[in-house]
Amino acid sequence: MRLSRLARAGVAVVSLAVALTACGSRDEGSGSLVDKAKNDKKLTIGIKFDQPGLGLQTPGGAYEGFDVEVAKYIAKELGVDANNITWKQTPSSQREDMIANGQVDFIVATYSITDKRKQKVDFAGPYFIAHQDLLVRADDKSITGPDSLSGKKLCSVQGSTSAQKVKDKFPQVQLQNVKGYSECLTGLESGAIDALTTDDTILAGYAAQQPGKFKLVGKGFSDEKYGVGLKKGDTKGRDAINAAIQKMETDGSWKTAADKYFGPSGYTVPAPPAITEK
Amino acid sequence: MFDFLSKYDVLGAFWVTVQLTLYAALGSLIWGTILAGFRVSPVPLLRAFGTAYINIVRNTPLTLIIVGTLLGLSQTLGVTMGTNVLDSQNFRLATLGLIAYTSTFVCESIRSGINTVPVGQAEAARALGLGFGQVLGVIVLPQAFRSVIAPLASVLIALTKNTTVASAIGVAEASFVMNNMIENESDKLFLVFGVVALGFVVLTLPTGLILGWVAKKVAVKR
Repeated sequence: MRLSRLARAGVAVVSLAVALTACGSRDEGSGSLVDKAKNDKKLTIGIKFDQPGLGLQTPGGAYEGFDVEVAKYIAKELGVDANNITWKQTPSSQREDMIANGQVDFIVATYSITDKRKQKVDFAGPYFIAHQDLLVRADDKSITGPDSLSGKKLCSVQGSTSAQKVKDKFPQVQLQNVKGYSECLTGLESGAIDALTTDDTILAGYAAQQPGKFKLVGKGFSDEKYGVGLKKGDTKGRDAINAAIQKMETDGSWKTAADKYFGPSGYTVPAPPAITEK
Repeated sequence: MFDFLSKYDVLGAFWVTVQLTLYAALGSLIWGTILAGFRVSPVPLLRAFGTAYINIVRNTPLTLIIVGTLLGLSQTLGVTMGTNVLDSQNFRLATLGLIAYTSTFVCESIRSGINTVPVGQAEAARALGLGFGQVLGVIVLPQAFRSVIAPLASVLIALTKNTTVASAIGVAEASFVMNNMIENESDKLFLVFGVVALGFVVLTLPTGLILGWVAKKVAVKR
C-alpha cells in the first residue's frame, strides 16, 4: 500500500511524539524512595512556592512554612540532610504528573487526599486536616459563618476546589474568581469583596502576613486532608513517611511547627490527625 | 472516555468566549480606527496622544491590563460598569481591557493600510477642496481597509485566543472551565487540554479561512 505524502508525514509526526513521550516518562529506577534516599543521600521534594505559612520562597531564596518543615522532618528521618534537598515548585495542576514521571520524589504541598488522585499517586498521612474557612476584614461583624453569607461577595482562586464548593453550596453568594489568593486581598481591603475563602491554613498565612487587618471566621465547613504524595505502588516509601509523620507528631516538633506558622493569626492549631493512608 | 464533559458547561463557556471576542472585536475596530485617525491627523497633540497610547498599551502585558481593570478600576476606584452583578461586571471589565489592548494592533494595521494608498489620492482629494475628515473618511480609509483585511484577521484570531486571559478576573470562558476540569479530573489532563484546544481551533480556523477569502476578494488591484 502506498501512503500519500501527507499520511507519511502524519505517521512520522505521531511516531516522533510517541518516542518523545516515552523519553519523558522513562522510569528513574523502580526502587523505593527509601532506597534512593539511603544510597544518594539526596531528595527532590515538591512544595508550593507562593503560600505564606505553608510553602513560601523567601526573597532570599530560602523556603519556609509548615509544609517545608514537614518535608524536612521526613527527609531527616530518611537520612537526608536538609542541605541536600532540592526544592521544586509543584503547581496544583501538575502534581500527579510530576510524581508519575519522577521529577520529584514526594510532594508536600497542601495536597488534599482524594479518591481521584489516589488512582494516580499514593498518599501517606494525612499530616494535617484543614477546613475551608472565611477570611474577613478585622472590623467586619456581619459574617459569622457560612450561614450569614447571603448576598455577600466572596473571592477565591478560579478552578480551585474551594471556589467550586462555594458555587455548589451557597448559590446565593456572588463569587469573584481570580488567579491567586493575594489578588483577593486588594478587594477585601477596599470593601469590594466581603470575604476570601479557601483552606484555613492558607488564610491563616495571609492573616499573619498583615497583622490586624484581617481575621479568620473560624467556622470551617469542609475537611481537607493534607497528605504526602508519592509514586504509586511505593509501599515501603509510604510506610517510612507515615512513620516519620507519626514521630513528628509525638515528639512535639509537629506542634512547634504548627504554632510557629499558624499561631500568629489567632488560628487554634488542632490536634494532629491520625494516619489513615496505610 | 469523554463522559466527564457532560458535567461541565463547555459549550456555554465557549459561547462566553465568542461573546467576548465579538464585543471586543467591534469595540477595538472602532477605537482602533479612531486611534489611526489620531496618528495621521495634522494636529500634533492628537498625533502625540495616539503614539503615546499605542506604545504604552501595546507594550503592557494583557494579563496586567485585565487584572488592572478589576483591581484598579473596579475595586479601588469603584467603577461598577453599570451593574451590581459580579459576573457581568467582570465580563464588561474584561471586554474593556481587551478593547484597550487589541485596538492598538488594529490601529497599527490600519495605519499600514493607509500607507498602501498612494499619496496622489490624498493630494488629489485635497486639491478638490476636501478637508482632513473627508480625505480620510471618503478617500483613504475605504481603500486602506480593503488592503488590511488579512492582517486584521490575524488580530482577530489573536484576540480570540487572548480572551482566555479574562479568566484571570473570573470570567467563565473556555480556559476557566478548563481550570475547573483540571482540578477535578486530574487523571484526564491531556484530554481536557485537547478538548479546549480543539474548541479554539474550531473557532479560529474558519475565521482565518473566511477572512482570507474576503481579503482576496476585496483587495485593491494596483
